[in-house]
Amino acid sequence: MDITRFKSKGFFIPGLISLVLLILLATLPLSLGGYTVVLVTTILMYAILTVSWVLFSGPSGYMSLASAAFFGVGIYIGALLLPNTGQVLPLLVVVVLGGLASSIVALGVGALTLRLRGIYFAIFTFGLVVLILEVLNWWEHTVSHIRGRFVMVVDNETIFYVMLAIFVATMLTFFFLRRSKFGLALQSIGQNEEAAAHSGVNVTMVKVLTFALSAFFVGAAGVVWATRLTYIDPYIAFNFFLSFLPVLMAIFGGIGQIYGPVVGAAIFAYLQETLQTEFPEVYMLTFGIVLVVVILYLPNGIVGLIPKLWRRISGGQHANT
Amino acid sequence: MPILEGEKVTKYFGGLAAVSKVDFNVDQGEVVGLIGPNGAGKTTLFNLISGAFVPKPGVIRFKGENITGSKPHQICRLGLSRTFQEVKIFANMPVMQNVLLGSLFGTPTGMASANAAKEAAELLDFVGLSAVGKTPAGGLTLANQKRVEVARALATKAELLLLDELMAGLNPTETAEAMELVTRIRGRGVTIFMIEHVMKAIMGVCDRIMVLHHGEKIADGTPKEIATSKTVIEVYLGE
Repeated sequence: MDITRFKSKGFFIPGLISLVLLILLATLPLSLGGYTVVLVTTILMYAILTVSWVLFSGPSGYMSLASAAFFGVGIYIGALLLPNTGQVLPLLVVVVLGGLASSIVALGVGALTLRLRGIYFAIFTFGLVVLILEVLNWWEHTVSHIRGRFVMVVDNETIFYVMLAIFVATMLTFFFLRRSKFGLALQSIGQNEEAAAHSGVNVTMVKVLTFALSAFFVGAAGVVWATRLTYIDPYIAFNFFLSFLPVLMAIFGGIGQIYGPVVGAAIFAYLQETLQTEFPEVYMLTFGIVLVVVILYLPNGIVGLIPKLWRRISGGQHANT
Repeated sequence: MPILEGEKVTKYFGGLAAVSKVDFNVDQGEVVGLIGPNGAGKTTLFNLISGAFVPKPGVIRFKGENITGSKPHQICRLGLSRTFQEVKIFANMPVMQNVLLGSLFGTPTGMASANAAKEAAELLDFVGLSAVGKTPAGGLTLANQKRVEVARALATKAELLLLDELMAGLNPTETAEAMELVTRIRGRGVTIFMIEHVMKAIMGVCDRIMVLHHGEKIADGTPKEIATSKTVIEVYLGE
């Protein structure tokens, strides 16, 4: 037996499906174009945020509400280094820099606060979003006197492909981390932190590094998002909703399976976009009802339905509990 | 030669001395028991030795090295491992992975995955849990969950094992099996320091017994000496 729980069986087929999906996605601008590309870019952005959240909070059990902070840091790096007045650095370099900046923030915050447990950690990470927002506000009011920034315009296809690349990188990291020795350590921390520490796991290091790793992808996505927004100010960059949405999307999709968060983010983002445009008055209401139903009746999320349906189709012989 | 030494080990919780100026030592290859009434400071002493708490003041040395203030994972990697009074297992992870974690992370130099898996399988066999390797650890009986903890602790290549009430909550048959397990662990050359309330068990397997009362060490001697000691009897039965 090996630590690689997901090894051997069920490796080839999901790999093949992922590859086909990836090719379909990559050729999307050629086949459909226009609005679909914009919509899928949005979905990819949410998927990156959600998978990054699950990467750390899923196994470790530390509920982070810092997504908006990391995303906002990425957006600001994007706005500073890709102003509409003229590009300072190539887009991809800025994407990496945005990711690194978010990672550094996560390293600092993580080292300070990952000793907090449960709700205290959640509240602190949310406080981080508010803190950065207010500091930026103060800075722009009293020091720099620049209010709002215009960001370089990038065409939708480029935005799409860069977002897709970040998404693939996030998924690969998530996939390999789960199977690795490091992932096992992270999981043991979520199950019993004290026992993990006394079994030789450097719990602080594992937590802080994973937190920083998850922040990287969020920051990178933020840079790309800045070029999509084209105008930003602190309130646009540090949007509180983006701290909660990844959590909701993950729960919605189900965090037990690797594809759960992606499915959750995709359906959620699609619903949000369409409901918002089709039924702007009842959008939040419908959204809320769908969420409540999923949480009440599908404790394992949308993807938790698949084994259930499969059991029903196959008559229960393959019941796998 | 002492593998573990403590000098004036003290720990205050607020104004209360949970452990007060305790000097102790455990020799290589010994099985030493630690007894005392509830609240005597036994588990606190184990927490101090394993790095969960830092003694203040006091010094703890393991294999001659000062480990006062070291982190739990560092102490574990030096070869000092423990189990817990309230079992602390990774309940949703298979039994095998519980043990594997110890061999992957707790060994002094770290281990390649293949060796770690082999080591973990060997230890599962040693504690008699080979058949349930793939079961989530939370689904086992208490006696078997305690065995998972023992296997995980041994997987770190422990030279000294701290057993915190291995037999608490077990039925007579399971207690006898646990005693037999302690003897076999000793047979592997592992030194054992154990807290136990089951007197029959501790008198039967220990070479030496230490008694704590209100955080202070009040006796230290062979099981026979302890069983006949006037102070110990007073503490347990009243004057």
